[in-house]
Amino acid sequence: MNLHEYQGKEILAGYGVRIQRGKVAQTPSEAVEVAKQLTAETGTSWYVVKAQVHAGGRGKGGGVKLAKGIDKVEEVADSIIGMQLVTPQTSAEGKKVHQVLVAEDVYYPGESETSEFYMSVLLNRSTGRNMIMYSTEGGMDIETVAEETPHLIFTEEIDPKVGMTGFQARKIAFNLGLSGAAFKDMTKFVTALYRAYEGADASLFEINPVLKTSDDKILAVDAKVTIDDNALYRHKDIAEMRDTREEDATEVEAGEAGLNFVKLDGNVGCMVNGAGLAMATMDIIKMAGGNPANFLDVGGTADAARVEQAFRIILRDTNVKAILVNIFGGIVRCDRVAQGVVDAYKNMGNINVPIIVRLQGTNAEEAKKLIDESGLEVHSAIALQEAADLVQELV
Amino acid sequence: MSVLVNKDSNIIVQGFTGKEGTFHATQMIEYGTNVVGGVTPGKGGMTHLDRPVFNTVSEAVEKAGADTSIIFIPPAFAADGIMEAAEAGIKVIICITEGIPVADMVKVKEYLSDKDSTLIGPNCPGVMTAGEAKVGIMPGFIFKKGTVGIVSKSGTLTYEAVDQCTKAGLGQTTAIGIGGDPIIGTTTKQAVQLLMNDPETEGIIMIGEIGGQLEAEAGLWIKENGTKPVVAFIAGETAPAGRTMGHAGAIVGGAEDTAAAKKAILRDCGITVVDSPAELGTAMAKLLGK
Repeated sequence: MNLHEYQGKEILAGYGVRIQRGKVAQTPSEAVEVAKQLTAETGTSWYVVKAQVHAGGRGKGGGVKLAKGIDKVEEVADSIIGMQLVTPQTSAEGKKVHQVLVAEDVYYPGESETSEFYMSVLLNRSTGRNMIMYSTEGGMDIETVAEETPHLIFTEEIDPKVGMTGFQARKIAFNLGLSGAAFKDMTKFVTALYRAYEGADASLFEINPVLKTSDDKILAVDAKVTIDDNALYRHKDIAEMRDTREEDATEVEAGEAGLNFVKLDGNVGCMVNGAGLAMATMDIIKMAGGNPANFLDVGGTADAARVEQAFRIILRDTNVKAILVNIFGGIVRCDRVAQGVVDAYKNMGNINVPIIVRLQGTNAEEAKKLIDESGLEVHSAIALQEAADLVQELV
Repeated sequence: MSVLVNKDSNIIVQGFTGKEGTFHATQMIEYGTNVVGGVTPGKGGMTHLDRPVFNTVSEAVEKAGADTSIIFIPPAFAADGIMEAAEAGIKVIICITEGIPVADMVKVKEYLSDKDSTLIGPNCPGVMTAGEAKVGIMPGFIFKKGTVGIVSKSGTLTYEAVDQCTKAGLGQTTAIGIGGDPIIGTTTKQAVQLLMNDPETEGIIMIGEIGGQLEAEAGLWIKENGTKPVVAFIAGETAPAGRTMGHAGAIVGGAEDTAAAKKAILRDCGITVVDSPAELGTAMAKLLGK
């Protein structure tokens, strides 16, 4: 589950990670209110107003602006709240901004130069251990750094038995070129950051930039936080942070119905049991000359009610010109699934696109007969290749 | 011969008396699998499906000679179940459970590093040796004793490969479902190594998907050490970047995670890569000259 910047920072602060302080606001007038409170708490006189959406590169799309004074906050907030924010990570139509984070200015002048770093915590899948990835090149897109100056990216792997050690924290601070008070503060920062990652059951922390202020403090200016969905059951407080406005409405509805659904841009819908076979079915659609309109894993039970729900969700997309149902019946019996398809079809009554049903496995022959004798506009297949040929014919 | 499980394996079911455990243990027994008992804490001393129930895995090892375990424990407690089995000296631990938190698996992997146990999964369909032992949730009737070994991250795609091998007259030795989670006990490479060393296995089908580097790692090993023909399929050519496709581990993060990148590496390693999963059986039959 992805979190907003302000939610991620809330978690970090709870573990003692220093953050750029701020408050969230839903309207321009509320933004002014929270800006005043922020000044009372931090003394800041400039404010950074940041769109809160689940997408990176917000600054590039005009979603992050500086208000140089309390009298500018309303106008700046008004220009961001309600906008369709387009960034390199969103679709062309962008994401609607419902709220902003009003944050203190941390780039104030002082005794030393400010500097920016990159830091993330994530799982190294090939070793099965978590690692800190960090770089002196903060504030930039890390993919670009990896491509152009890979020697400036460092990693530190964490031993699950002991967690992050003192010498590892020092090594990170040294590699970032720090000394004195900033060095000491960085060791505290990274130690707390790792503790927060483990404590929150996160699968990604990306802090870009981490800032060394002009008075040698280390703090998180931004926070991209992803939490492991499988661990949400033990973090009720974090689970409540979910903002479904940031997700595709159809995907949310499908999830509530127990269907694993991802919306795509193609013209052939599909409904499959098993994630691997579902991806493979999308690939088959492409090879047959179509384009997959979705990923949909119906899971282990494919009864009439579930099939009907899946059909309704797929058909909401008007680009869909055909639907391929691909079920390998192991434990589930194919004739039951076939009956489910027939019942769902009759219940819905107004399906205007051809449906191809490929049922293989237990009772596949009976299932094919059931479909063929139903008198409905449903094409049946048993072998995978037959189904692919039917898609080609119909698209 | 076969790998991991056979007719002489002494198998216990952890989470034996639960709904899932009961259903699948019944199917395993019907297939003729040597299920010697099960474990449900607090129900020790009972009899379930005509077999003894134990409170702990150690007790099952001691009293029923268990050496293999299949786990149907709910996700919040499954990691603990894996470690209990390893501590008790179980040689092959097969974890079917889907949805175990990654942080739990980081600990499990570390815990197993100095134990003499092989973990398969989690989030997998299990392991099945045709005609001998079904230690998983795979449909038994599609298997036929034969010569092809199968390694797969996905359940239903494994069935697809099994079925095609049966229809092509090749049959199977052992099918290993390694699972689709970000951290799994046995990697694609390790499973391929087992099959490469099995005298009865003549060819290997390897099924992977987007995300991670397991297939590439296996491919490079096969290039240097392979002695048998390998057919591979990678699912997710059409999957968008940055989205999790059902399996927790199936996500395109970087360029190396894509299906196209993986297929290119495997082809470079001399492996026959099919673009359609409908061609797994025929491609293998051709390589084996059958």
